[in-house]
This record gives sequence, C-alpha cells and structure tokens, in this order.
Amino acid sequence: MLAPMPDSAEPRAAMAAPAQGKTRTNDFVVKFANVNGSGSASANGMFARSVMRMGVPVAARNIFPSNIQGLPTWYEVRITEAGHLGRRGGVDLMVAMNPQTWDRDLAEIESGGYLFYDSTKPVPRSRLRDDITVIGVPLTAMCNEAYELPRERQLFKNVIYVGALAALLGIDPEAVKSLIAEDFAGKDRLIKANFEALAMGYGYVTEHLGPIALQVRKADAVGDRIYVEGNQAAALGAVYGGATVCAWYPITPSTSLAEAFTAYCQDLRVDPETGKARYAIVQAEDEIASIGIVVGAGWNGCRAFTATSGPGVSLMTEFIGLSYFAEIPAVIFDVQRGGPSTGMPTRTQQADLLAAAYAGHGDTKHVMLLPADPGECFEMGAQAFDLADRLQTTVFVMLDLDIGMNEWLTKPFTWDDSRRLDRGKVMSHHDLEVATEEFGRYRDVDGDGIPYRTYPGVHPTKGGYFTRGTSRNPYARYSEEGAVYVDNMERLLRKFDTARTMVPAPVIRPAKRKTRDGVLYFGSTAPAMDEALQMLEAQGRYVDAIRVRAFPFAQDIYDFVAAHDRVFVVEQNRDAQLKTLLMTEGGIDAAKIPSVLHYDGTPITARFIAGEIAQRLALSRVEAAE
Amino acid sequence: MTYILKPQLHHPKLPTNSLGYTRRDYEGSVSTLCAGCGHDSISAAIIQACFELELPPHRVAKLSGIGCSSKTPDYFLGNSHGFNTVHGRMPSVLTGANLANRDLIYLGVSGDGDSASIGLGQFAHAIRRGVNMLYIVENNGVYGLTKGQFSATSDRGSKSKKGLVNTDAGIDMVSLALQMGATFVGRSFSGDKDQLVPLIKAGLAHKGAAFIDCVSPCVQFNNHVGSTKSFDYVREHNEAVNRLDVITPRDPIEVSYKSGESVRVQQHDGSILSLHKIADLYNPSNRAQALGYLQARQARGQVVTGLLFVDPSAGDLHDAVGTVDTPLNQLNEAELVPGAAALAKLNADLR
Repeated sequence: MLAPMPDSAEPRAAMAAPAQGKTRTNDFVVKFANVNGSGSASANGMFARSVMRMGVPVAARNIFPSNIQGLPTWYEVRITEAGHLGRRGGVDLMVAMNPQTWDRDLAEIESGGYLFYDSTKPVPRSRLRDDITVIGVPLTAMCNEAYELPRERQLFKNVIYVGALAALLGIDPEAVKSLIAEDFAGKDRLIKANFEALAMGYGYVTEHLGPIALQVRKADAVGDRIYVEGNQAAALGAVYGGATVCAWYPITPSTSLAEAFTAYCQDLRVDPETGKARYAIVQAEDEIASIGIVVGAGWNGCRAFTATSGPGVSLMTEFIGLSYFAEIPAVIFDVQRGGPSTGMPTRTQQADLLAAAYAGHGDTKHVMLLPADPGECFEMGAQAFDLADRLQTTVFVMLDLDIGMNEWLTKPFTWDDSRRLDRGKVMSHHDLEVATEEFGRYRDVDGDGIPYRTYPGVHPTKGGYFTRGTSRNPYARYSEEGAVYVDNMERLLRKFDTARTMVPAPVIRPAKRKTRDGVLYFGSTAPAMDEALQMLEAQGRYVDAIRVRAFPFAQDIYDFVAAHDRVFVVEQNRDAQLKTLLMTEGGIDAAKIPSVLHYDGTPITARFIAGEIAQRLALSRVEAAE
Repeated sequence: MTYILKPQLHHPKLPTNSLGYTRRDYEGSVSTLCAGCGHDSISAAIIQACFELELPPHRVAKLSGIGCSSKTPDYFLGNSHGFNTVHGRMPSVLTGANLANRDLIYLGVSGDGDSASIGLGQFAHAIRRGVNMLYIVENNGVYGLTKGQFSATSDRGSKSKKGLVNTDAGIDMVSLALQMGATFVGRSFSGDKDQLVPLIKAGLAHKGAAFIDCVSPCVQFNNHVGSTKSFDYVREHNEAVNRLDVITPRDPIEVSYKSGESVRVQQHDGSILSLHKIADLYNPSNRAQALGYLQARQARGQVVTGLLFVDPSAGDLHDAVGTVDTPLNQLNEAELVPGAAALAKLNADLR
C-alpha cells in the first residue's frame, strides 16, 4: 500500500503502487464524482468513448441531480471486455473531484481499489482509507499555473484528469486525441488547447507516477455495435415508424427524445425541392395539450406521439381514456423516473406500469411495450405506430431514465426496406363507394374487436360520423342503452385480446440445467440480469429466465409461470407493479411470484440481483432440508 | 336521450348552391337542446353560412368540448366528421387535427364554461399559435347542463336565477383573443342572424385564428332580470360597430353602401369583406384601438358587436412550422421512411 502521507503535505503526487496485486485488464469500474455545471460531463464521456475506441466495451451511467450548477453528480464507467452492460455494483477507481461528497465516495471504493484526487490541497490521513491506493495529482495547481481565466481553469482541469487517467490506465492517448479532433472539428484552437491539457495530465503521471494495476488493453470486443441513448433511438424509431406529428412538453428525462426527433426530422424529413417540413412538432403549453394534439392528429389520420414521464402521464390520463373509448391511435413514450409526485426527477425507476396500464377513469386497459435497450427503443419506437393504428388505441413505449438518458452500447439499427407501414383498418373513398353495407364506426365486422374507421373529409355522403367519449351504438350514435354499452365494452376487451397476439413476444432464456425456479424481468434490468444469471450459474444456482416485452401478456408468459414452482419477478419499483399486473390479468397466485425489488433511483446492479436470488434459493434449500 | 335522424326527403324545389347542395344538406340531427335556446340559432346560422359559402359539407371538420354548446356540432353538417372531445380541451385536439390535414376547414364550437374556465389555457394557446380555424364560443354566462351555476364570463354583480350575485370579475373572451393575437375577432348575438351569418362566413374564410364570441342567452337558467346575458339585456345594450357583407370570389361584386361609409378588406382566399361603418371612429384593423374601445364601452355596460378586428394577411401555424403543401396525413411511405441505406449512415455516426 501507499506510504504514509504527512498531515500537511506540499502539493505533490502521491505515489501509485503499480506492482500491487494482480493487474486487472479490461474489467473494472471507474466512477467520477463531480460538481454539476463544471463541464465534467463531456470530459467523462470522452474518457468512456476513448476506451471504446480501443475495442473494449463500456457501460456508462450518468447519475445527476435535478439542478444546473453546483450539486453533486456522478458518472460511472464500467470497462468490460466481457460485455456486461449492466451495473456491477462497487467501484475500483474513484475519481473524487467533489469535496462535498468525499466521504461517501471514499466509502464506495472496493477494498484494494484506487482513489484519484486533486492533491493541490493536502488531505489529512484521517480522511483517507488504509486499504486503498491513493493517487494525487495537483490538478488545481497545474491549472492555475497554465491558465488565466477561471472558466478555462475549470474546464481544462477535466481534460487534464482525463490525460492523467489515460496514463494510469494504459489508454492510448491517440484514441482520446482522435475523439477531441472529431468533437471540435473545425475549431483548431480548441483542439490544440485540449491536446495541451491532455498532454499535461498524461505527462505528469508518466513523470511522477506510472501505471496502476487497472489496465485497458486493445481488444476487438465492440464489434459493429453503436453507442446511443435510448431517447435518441426511440426518436429515430418514430421517424422510421412514419410519425408526422409530435407534441410535447419539456420534462426530464424525456426531453431529449422530442429534441432528437426534431433533429432527425430536420435531417431526414425535409422535402428536397421546397425545403418544407414533412412533419410538425409543437412544444405545447402542457402535457394535456400535448396529448390533445396527438389525439386530434391521430383522429385525422396522422401518426402522432408525445414523449413524457410519470407526472405527464398523470396529466394526460383523461385523454388516454378518450383514446381508449373513442378508439383513436396515439403513441406515448413514457421515460420513467422516480415517483411518486415530483419524486426523484433525475433518477431511474420502472414505476409507471400501473399508471400507464390502467390510465383513465372507468374500465380501461392500454398496450405497453417494454424495450430493454436502445436497439429495442428503435424497433419498438417504430412498431408502436403500427400497433396504435392497427388497434386504434393508445400504445405506451415504456423507457426509463437509465435507458433513455444514458448512452448504451447496442446492436446497430436495422430496417427492412420491404417493410410497409400498417395503417390498420381504414376505409378509403373507394372502399366506401363499393361497400354494400352501411358504414358503422364501431361495428366488429371481423370478430377481432377492431372496427373500421374513416378519416375526416374522405367522402361527401358516406363514412362520416361523430366521434365522442360518450357511449354510443356501433354506428357511432349516442346511446345510453345498457345492452349497447355492455356490447361495446365487451368488444373492447376482445380487441385487447387481439392485441395480446400482436405485441412483441417475450424472450425466454433457459438455464443450463433443468430447474423448477424461474425469474421474470423487463426493460433496463436486462443487462444486469444477464450478468446476474452468469454469477448464479458460477455458484451452481440455475434459474430459467423470461424477459417480458409487452402488455397485455402473451400466453407464453403464463405458460412459463405455470411450468415453474416459483418465478422471481425483478422490478425497479416499490410496489411490485408488474407482479400486480400478472396477478390481476393472469390470476397468478402471489406466493408463486415472489418479488425482487430495487427502487433507490440508481440502476439495478448484477450483484444485487444475484445476491437476492442466491439468498432466497439458499433459504428455501434450508427450509426443504428441515 | 335518444338520437333522432332527420328524414332524408327534400322538397324538390329547394334552392341549391353551385355545388348542387340544398340548405338541408348542411343540417344535422334534431337538436336536443331546450326549446328557444340561443345555441340552436347559432347552429342555424352556421348551416346558412356554409350553404352560402358553398362549402362541400364533408370538408368541414367540427370539433367541440363538453357542455350544451359542445353538443351542437351534432345538429349541423351531418355528413361531416365531428369530434366531441373532453372538457376544455377542444383547442388542442383541433390543433392536432389541423396539423394532420391542412386542407380541411376547422370549426371549433365551445361554450363559456368550456373555454373560459377549464379551457382558458388551451383557448389562449391555440389562438396564439394561429391555428387556422373558426372558434365560436356560444356564450350564455352560465352552466346550463348542470343547471344554473355562474360561468367565468358572468359579469360581476349579475344575478343567477336563484338570486345569487356573482362576485367574481367576468372574463371578456374578445379582449383575451385580441391580446393573444387572434387575427379575426368578432362578437355577435344569437338573436341577430343578419349580423351573425356574415361574421361566420368571414371567419370560415379567414386564414389564421378566427374567433367569434356569440352571446347566446340560456332560456332556462340565464334569461331573467338581473342577468347581463339575457335576451332583453343584450338587445338593450348591444352596440354594433359595423355591418358586414362577405363577397366570395365567385360572387359579382355589388356594394350596397355609399362610398366613404364602407371599408373593403380582401382575405387570403380571395373573399372580400365589405364593412359598413356604424360607429364612425371604429377601426377594425387596429388591435390596440379595438381593445381600448371595447374596454371603455364594457365599463359602461355596453356589449360591442360586429367585426372587431381583422388582419387579412395573417399566416397560420402551418406557415410557422413550415409544413409541406400536401396534408401530412397524405404523405406516402417514400416521403416518410428514410430507409435502410440512410440508417446504415446513421449507425456509422454512432460508432
């Protein structure tokens, strides 16, 4: 370990201990503790991407406050040649740049791990730990010497520590430099200044410290994967899904979805001859108007969507009920955050499932798609529009902050050019002309619960109807007759049953050995679950896994539960919302589907899942033995 | 409540417009409102205006919120698509519908309960976005369907049927529309068809956010002494600032007023608004003056009616967004989906 430091040291470097222990290559966790608004985010992002440039996968997560400047913020980078894209838990190298959170950051370091800090001001030994290696670089002193302007001192400090980390971890400085050159293309002065800051940090470590036992080595494990935020992927999915109207209201963590849609449309949806827009985006006055615009556009034959989070879904609830009952297509991207109420606006949860599934007064049910990574955000982002048109109802795409606002390594987007947008049962002018029966907007002609619709203005005398949220007969005429009402409500149930056959099927992953235990999960839990299952198998514990990708639940999900003695349901909320849906919709016994719940607002970790499940499996083994 | 379809038989000699439609073709189902309701007169004026403007009835989309007035779109333009949305939220639904198909004519029908209370925000924002529509508030100062509560347009000091006195200030929708940037603002009275029909015609022909506040007495709950929205009160206090004739591009131009008494304004679609001045000083092309005039008269208890403001060269939300000329709901796959080759490029940018 480190030699004892004097209580009041001159600005100096603490010596690293490169030979300590076994070198860990391409498998460790670096966490940056910063103050937000200090420009650290772009430097930290550059650090992560430079590792990827070396062919080593990373999983990065931004843990940030609901604030613009001055509060603690963290950025966790998992360097993982094995491709574990979830959070592992624990930190191997803490880059402690925020005095406010020093103690808790220090406590989080794994025993035998490293602390990197700004050694300009000496830190008393009592504020350090004996079981870790401390690496000090006098960042502030270096900046004060090199730069005049306070803003420069602050910004370049971040680049200097990236340079220092590159030298400590064996990251190719050329990888960082190529990223700087790309990010600041055309701004030569900035490129030069950044190169200099980088060299300053790199040179300091080379001269005074040398590498540590956490090392990045060139590999070929990234493949053709792309690195993208779920919100951006979902927005691109909406472009490919043919969405033309987007109405939204700013709310974290969904804002970047609408902004990405805007940017993609400006790039991909402009008429090349006139320069005019093949889309309309409205930043509405609130979430209610956003969904109102979506419903109006959907009624009139456009593919329309909004992006929001839990508080927005609460506000939109009345319109969602209208969309259900009047049968109007709408797509809502719900990028979930910590609730209830304002909750934890910049933390992640999967806690809107019940609010979305049953949004609205009276008897309502809605389709939800549950993407597990940005690749699925793209696919489901496009598919949602086909489903909304085919089912003539609201379709939710349930992202969360973890997928939505973090860049994930994901398989490249694909599109089959022979694929056609499926507008569902829409009667054209010609269809109305040749129809032999009277048009009835809510008639179940095909027995699947899905009626035929017309767009306004289609025909002078046929197909017109009055849309309303009140009960009506199959010909859209107002009716309060009990039998007529019940008939319509039963048809809507039939339609929901049809939805079950259209939504994405679950993904089943059998264990390597036969087992009576299963685990069921969804959404952003997926990568941590993949790793947790490996950890469990390494311990000789086997569970079959099923990843749910949509609601209403496909029959395969009920069959999976029926085929096991016990199925753990892993969710990132307090009240076991997916389990509630399984019990309510599938009549499953609560005891058969015990919950594993993680809801502190940080993304779930592999260690947490493996630990919880291992403990319960061990417990039941003891019980069985007794 | 039952739903009554009107018989389809027409008198063979009913006059037709140039499209071959009779006035009956612009009617809807039988009204279920109270006998004598001002709203039915407004429905009749809408029917007349559409007939005279020779609009293909199915090319009008009619939208409403919740309340007595919002039920009326069922009672006119029976072959048009209509949408009875949720309370106070018609403006956003209309905005979305308008974005989807710029080629239809959008008529929003609402009431003072729907637009001045729960819907005040959406009313204001649809106006300030310049949504191309005619927005009519059938203003009776009272909640009729729930039997007689004050609405937000009730004047302070007016009395309810039960004898309660309203202590809150009334909201003037006309002033609000002017402040929010409406490019066509009128006020009328359901009992004055000669004034109302040309206003509706001009509003339907207007490009941009057109608003008409139509005082429409509630015969059941707000037509008594002490109400400022009763037939008698409005007749006594009505101050029309002008009389309007709408000349469509198809009409031969015949002006019945002497020159100097009338002002001509040509709208975007070619229609000409011929305005016969009644109040000499009133200038409907000056927003600030209109506001001052209205507020001064209102303070004296007068109800100023007529075409109060018009900007004939106004643009609309589609101009602001810069949408293509083809309605968005008619764009084809090739125009909407960038395809696999574009995606490969996007993937490359994300590595």
